[in-house]
This record gives sequence, structure tokens and C-alpha cells, in this order.
Amino acid sequence: MKIKEIAALLDADILTQKADTDRDVHTACGSDMMSDVLAYVKNQAVLLTGLNNPQVIRTADMMDMECVVFVRGKVPDEAIVSMGDEKNIALMTTQKTMFHACGILYKNGLMEDLPDA
Amino acid sequence: MREPIRIHHAVSGEEFSTAGEASTDIKKRLKMMGVPAEAIRRAAIALYEAEINLVIHAGGGDIDVEIYPDRIRMLVADSGPGIADIDLAMSEGFSTATEDIRNLGFGAGMGLPNMKKYSDTFHIESTTGVGTRIDMSVNTDD
Repeated sequence: MKIKEIAALLDADILTQKADTDRDVHTACGSDMMSDVLAYVKNQAVLLTGLNNPQVIRTADMMDMECVVFVRGKVPDEAIVSMGDEKNIALMTTQKTMFHACGILYKNGLMEDLPDA
Repeated sequence: MREPIRIHHAVSGEEFSTAGEASTDIKKRLKMMGVPAEAIRRAAIALYEAEINLVIHAGGGDIDVEIYPDRIRMLVADSGPGIADIDLAMSEGFSTATEDIRNLGFGAGMGLPNMKKYSDTFHIESTTGVGTRIDMSVNTDD
């Protein structure tokens, strides 16, 4: 699924200007705890979160993620959006809740890549 | 043996919003040096966890990275309060972080276990009232 298709499925507004939204992504995870993302996530390309601070982008960058979806209508400030553009991480915001947004993406084929037990 | 490439960052403990800038810079430089991607990812995550700890627990500290042909060595030192029980601090889920820190998305008690998980060697020394030193490395030749 392309990043821009995620935006369409979630009625989301894409906030970054330069980050490539034509990239194909296959896996996603949802969390407000960046500690958990760093600990349990393996090769996820998309992060859905209700947390809104620069650490979200830094965490996504460390994990080599390509897209962050802010749920529940959270809109990151300009500095955070610039960080996304700089690191080629597409940022978008949707009014949908975490559960609803994850459900839509899961139903449409995005999967979770669980770490080895 | 050839001298390693060294990178130093002083990490401020003042501002949570800048926590991670040092790790971001080091990750970028490792990429430019052509270090294998998986090694960069593991080193960056371990370092980012350490940097977050410096900011939320220790009031800042120093990060020194040494890049050898076969490994990335990361030394993280602070003069913070120290860790009273290292075994307890190394167990997943144990945290002394405040509710405010948890609201920022950290403090789940995964920092130290995560550093150990993502690195190939991990050593920690801590004295209460003196500070903490972590010496960890990620192999780049496999």
C-alpha cells in the first residue's frame, strides 16, 4: 500500500511537503509509548500514535520508519513537520481514533511484523 | 591497531524536546561512513535509549562513540544520582520515571534492557551519588 493510499483510507491530511508518499509500505504499529516502539517493534514502516512531540519523529527515524500517522486529530507543530520532511518521514493527521485507524489499515492489508519470540 | 574515528556529544539535561539530537547526528554520520544499515539501526536505538536516560534521569551527560573497522563502541557517562540496584534496573518494566515522563512516551522500564538487547557487548557501572557509565558496542562485520 502506498503512503498516499493510507492518507485516503484514513481521510488524513498529509502535513509534510517533501517526504515521498509514493513509497510502498507493508507493515504498521500503533502506540503512544515510544519506549514500547523501541522495544517491541521490528520492521514497521508506519507508526500510528496519539503522542505529539519531537520524540515521535526521532523514534521513527531510529527505527527507519517511513510514515507517522497522528490520530485523534493531533496536529504536530511546524518544527516537528520540518523534521519529518528532513528525514523523509511522511507525517499525516486523521480525526479517527487509534483503534479505528489501525482497524481500517489492518482490514486493507497492512500487517504487523512481530519480533522473534 | 588503527585509531578509531571518534564522535563526542555533550547532552544537556535541560530540555526534553532536544533529547535524541545527538543520536540522530551520530546515526547520520554512521550512514555517511557506509556502516552496514542493520548495525547502524541497532547502534542508533541503543544510543537513543541511553540519551533519553541521560535527559530524564541524570540531568545530562556525555556520549563518546568510537568507530572501528569491525565495531561501534558507545560510551555514555553521567554524574547523575546513580542506580542503586542495577539488576533491578535491568529488568524489563522497572522504572523510576515520573508520570510526566510517561506522558511524554518514555519511562516504560525498557531503556536499559533495550540497550543490552540491541548491542553485542554491554557493560554498566553505577555508584549512587556519583553517576553511571555504560560501555556498549555493536559489531559491524556480520
